[in-house]
Amino acid sequence: MDKRAEATDTPEYKVIGTRPVRHDGADKVTGRAIYGADVHLTGMAHSRILRSPHPHARIKSIDTSEAEKIPGVLAVLTAADFPELEDKIAHLGEGSVNLAFLAANCVAKDKALYRGHAVAAVAAVSPHAADEAVKRIKVEYEPLPATTWVLDAMKDDAPLLHENLRTDEMGEKGDKPSNVASHLHFETGDVEKGFAEADVVIEREFRTASVHQGYIEPHVATALWNEDGRLKIWTSTQGSFTCRQQTAELLQMPISHVTVVPCEIGGGFGGKIAVYLEPVAALLSRKCGRPVKIIMQRNEVFEGTGPTPGSFVRVKLGAKKDGRLTAGQAWLAYDAGAYPGGMIGPGCMCVFSCYELPHALVDGYDVCLNKPKTQAYRAPGATQAAFACESVVDELADALGIDPFDFRLKNAAKEGTRRVDGPIYPRIGLIETLEAARNSEHWKSPLEGENRGRGMAAGFWFNVGLKSSVSAHVNPDGTVKLLEGSTDIGGTRASVAMQLAETLGIAAEDVHPIVADTDSVGYTDVTGGSRVTFATGMAAYEAGLDIRRQMAERAALLWECDANDVTIEGDDYSANGNSMTFREIAANLHETGGAVVGRATVAPEGSTNGFGCHIVDVEVDPETGKVTILRYTAAQDAGKAIHPSYVEGQMQGGAVQGIGWALNEEYFFDNQGAMRNASFLDYRMPTCLDVPMIDTIIVEVPNPAHPYGVRGVGETPIVPPPAALANAIYNATGVRMRELPMSPPRLWKAMAEKAGSRE
Amino acid sequence: MIPFDYAAPATVEEAVALLAEKNGQAKILAGGTDILVQLREGLRRAELVVDVKKIPELTDLNYSPETGLVLGAAVPCYRIYENAAVAAAYPALADATRIVGGWQIQSRASVGGNLCNASPAGDTIPPLIVYDVVCRIAGPKGLREVSAAEFCAAPGRNVLEPGELLISLAFPPVAPHSGSAYQRFIPRNEMDIAVAGAASWVQLDPAGKTIEKARIALAAVSPKPVYAEEASVWLAGKPANEESFAHAGELAKKVAVPIDDMRGTREYRVHLASVLTRRTLADAVKRAT
Amino acid sequence: MPRRTHVAATVNGEEVEFLCEPRQSLLEVLRENLRLTGAKEGCNNGNCGACTVMMNSVPVNSCIVLAVEADGAEIETVEAIARQGHMHPIQQCFLEGAALQCGVCTPGFLVAAKALLEKNPNPGEHEIRFNLAGNLCRCTGYDKIVRAVQDAAEIMQSAQPAAVK
Repeated sequence: MDKRAEATDTPEYKVIGTRPVRHDGADKVTGRAIYGADVHLTGMAHSRILRSPHPHARIKSIDTSEAEKIPGVLAVLTAADFPELEDKIAHLGEGSVNLAFLAANCVAKDKALYRGHAVAAVAAVSPHAADEAVKRIKVEYEPLPATTWVLDAMKDDAPLLHENLRTDEMGEKGDKPSNVASHLHFETGDVEKGFAEADVVIEREFRTASVHQGYIEPHVATALWNEDGRLKIWTSTQGSFTCRQQTAELLQMPISHVTVVPCEIGGGFGGKIAVYLEPVAALLSRKCGRPVKIIMQRNEVFEGTGPTPGSFVRVKLGAKKDGRLTAGQAWLAYDAGAYPGGMIGPGCMCVFSCYELPHALVDGYDVCLNKPKTQAYRAPGATQAAFACESVVDELADALGIDPFDFRLKNAAKEGTRRVDGPIYPRIGLIETLEAARNSEHWKSPLEGENRGRGMAAGFWFNVGLKSSVSAHVNPDGTVKLLEGSTDIGGTRASVAMQLAETLGIAAEDVHPIVADTDSVGYTDVTGGSRVTFATGMAAYEAGLDIRRQMAERAALLWECDANDVTIEGDDYSANGNSMTFREIAANLHETGGAVVGRATVAPEGSTNGFGCHIVDVEVDPETGKVTILRYTAAQDAGKAIHPSYVEGQMQGGAVQGIGWALNEEYFFDNQGAMRNASFLDYRMPTCLDVPMIDTIIVEVPNPAHPYGVRGVGETPIVPPPAALANAIYNATGVRMRELPMSPPRLWKAMAEKAGSRE
Repeated sequence: MIPFDYAAPATVEEAVALLAEKNGQAKILAGGTDILVQLREGLRRAELVVDVKKIPELTDLNYSPETGLVLGAAVPCYRIYENAAVAAAYPALADATRIVGGWQIQSRASVGGNLCNASPAGDTIPPLIVYDVVCRIAGPKGLREVSAAEFCAAPGRNVLEPGELLISLAFPPVAPHSGSAYQRFIPRNEMDIAVAGAASWVQLDPAGKTIEKARIALAAVSPKPVYAEEASVWLAGKPANEESFAHAGELAKKVAVPIDDMRGTREYRVHLASVLTRRTLADAVKRAT
Repeated sequence: MPRRTHVAATVNGEEVEFLCEPRQSLLEVLRENLRLTGAKEGCNNGNCGACTVMMNSVPVNSCIVLAVEADGAEIETVEAIARQGHMHPIQQCFLEGAALQCGVCTPGFLVAAKALLEKNPNPGEHEIRFNLAGNLCRCTGYDKIVRAVQDAAEIMQSAQPAAVK
């Protein structure tokens, strides 16, 4: 049922748009691929981490003497083993981080700021010995009041996490300590005037719980501090260079002394960018003179990493009777977890990103509280904002009696629309995506039956460029070895290799991609921001051009002509009646000067602007509040789908993560600030029995800023589902759900209250 | 995990001797799906783990229509629902064994283990209560029997004394015109702990119009799975229709004294107890006719 | 050092012996002692299925099986699914159908899916979803996994019975 909206002016491609088997596939279906936990080094020690049982506590003393007596213990570490770090901002490509906070998040210094905050670590000859030893470490805590809800943390009398934190008001610091790290403000036009022009104004409040990225592979790192002072790290990371930089900065060593070997990575979704374990494993290795491996347990992953911000969002929209939006205002408070720097920026930028609003005002707050430091999660900050905005848009369309697609199409952002935070959109595909969804079989077919409803919602994510570097070597047999620095989480070896193959006119299978370590390839930013197929793909294209130029020179040598006279069609090189294929020229490399190495570094600016639209049919059990998803369709502008199967896979996977977020996933805290559901049993991610097939419609409005028209696709699909589901639930039950998750007890209660108020 | 020793005795006597010798510091391993997680998380401790799967009585499944089912305490779930005769005779048991964890869990987890773990939310326990199953226990003082409704004592605690071992569960033969069902409510569709669960068993008159006898039991709404006596007794002689099922649901929920936790609120669970009672009664009646 | 126990088992058709502590899980011993790292640790308490292996012909979560319990048992891991250099249809269908993204849940899914197809060569969509619900995947949304199992069922049914074995 996968459909692609045909664009008429698409160039003919030989490789792009086909569905070859991924290059790393065989290793991954035979169990041979080496993930972070599969690393074995001679003499390797195992480490376990001691974590705070309190959500907020002063650490008065740590006594490790009993732990050191356990047989097999090799080294014990506390924050005292870290170098002193001043407040310094390190730029990590996608986002930046205060190093002192980053170090304190790896191992708490004088205060534990969340339950699960690392306090000490032990290296031992076996994980069991390490486990026994950490339990013998005696920590004296002074428990402090804690808070886990963003609006509570903003209050004047809230427990303060950081005594020196003052609110950043557009560069100005506040006059007293606060949990509010910053206040953002974006404005366009005059909202008062805009609301005055409206015939209908709707203002609503929305709340969302923290959710976790939920990758199946726990965090893991192995470090070897060599006797020559060099550090080598094998890890599961979204960005090997970012990992290298963070580790080097935290340990105050030159980055050239650190090598990061990226292992296969078992999912990340934004949660495997910040370091947690690497510096700890490195310091333990230095202490005990052996390689040290740390694997988190699942409860540590929940309590010590991620999650995404819990949020409070108020959205107000005004429209004329004809459905034209006149003004929008949003007030967003996102929790940042224990340290400043959450996802409020993108939340503010995305809240109205699908619409042309003549007048808009957005205020956002980045708020510290007693949860793990929030991390990126697939379109970080956008889903919470879209849940609010797309719910109000739906309500507004309903109030005006306008079809939800017509309403959105009338107001849809397009080329030339100014987003509230400033940028003017280039050619984008929101209108085409909405039209493709409206023309789908799904939307056109009736939905019948009691307690059933259909909903839809749109969504946006920027999709960044950043920096990528590749090199590629031509083999004498006409194949090409491609070295890239982008760790491959979801099939990007294939999508990057295919772009090089297309450029060279050879088969996808004739490019052999390798994800190289930080010593073997040029600096490359994280696998995040939906950027790899776009930016690393662009680097592969440019390296391909470099190779073509050199291959033409080799042909010219063979034919004793000028390289400028050589013309290239696909893999065919010709001049003056001579003609050779790429493979034939490759066979002559040794005779014409040796290896041909192509290389490229790119740093595209701006974003590729991905828009999506989802449609969902639900049935609600009126007696239990349980939502069953009957049918689901996701449409999205991919610019150009390089490997359509993996584009569909991103759309399907993102949709199901969004479904989990919408219906059941949440950090459930007790009144002591402890997470009560830190397991895959009680943190309810969808199983395959919880979802239907996810139909996909790939829309292709080529991105003018990419040689093959690619837009990022990975993140947008998580944005629409909660709003689409809320709108469907409304159509099934008449109840507007404004809090996530829309779990059975909550929906049941809302339905019961509505029934009560009717009586 | 704290280190422990391991033993896999071949006879009940050997097992009882090992358990008695450790006087409570030994833990029994059947499917391991609860105990190994609890040992790893430090929720329970053991000096010795006694694997009972080498003992024939504990892994036997013996069914005949005349004498009923004798289910060894360590028989994994899949052997129950894959046995067509047993699944047809005891459908509420089959319902429950099909939904304990996923397939991998059902390959190991046993009904006896589920009962001994004594979770208020144990899915297979309400079926045992409605079938009026007898639990056969061996110990240093010999054999004794306890009814399934009396086996659990409190959350995570059962009536076994140190040194005692659950051997088997004895199900009475199937009564004519009877049917049964188990349902639970979970937010997902599998891999979840019951927010509430209900098993119903009914015996109808030969015409299939009137309920002669009924037994209802609930899970996850009280400190241990509980027999809903008032509702069960009230149903005797009532017409087998929606109205009766609904009223029984209202009566059944009176025994629900649940807690508020991450799986659901008190109010919601009490409500679910009545809904699930009604739904399982309807299923049980359908299966009886 | 805690006392170690001698265990003899058949793993992927080969007789193996190892020493382990009673508290070590089968998963730990497969990965650490036997260096069969195909089975993955995702949760270490039986909730994600990434460590699924066959034990005496039924699928189990090897993280909640003690290694000592494997004494005398037959264990099969993902490493044994491909035979003599040939992939099993379920592996081929996962590859061709793009049924994996990060791939860390894939070994568990392959073991469980193969077991399902051996039990029921022609499962419907619901039966596939029901039997694979003990395996979590966070990347794919399951669509392509379910389709890959359906495709494998079709291939295995149309193939010569001898070639399937």
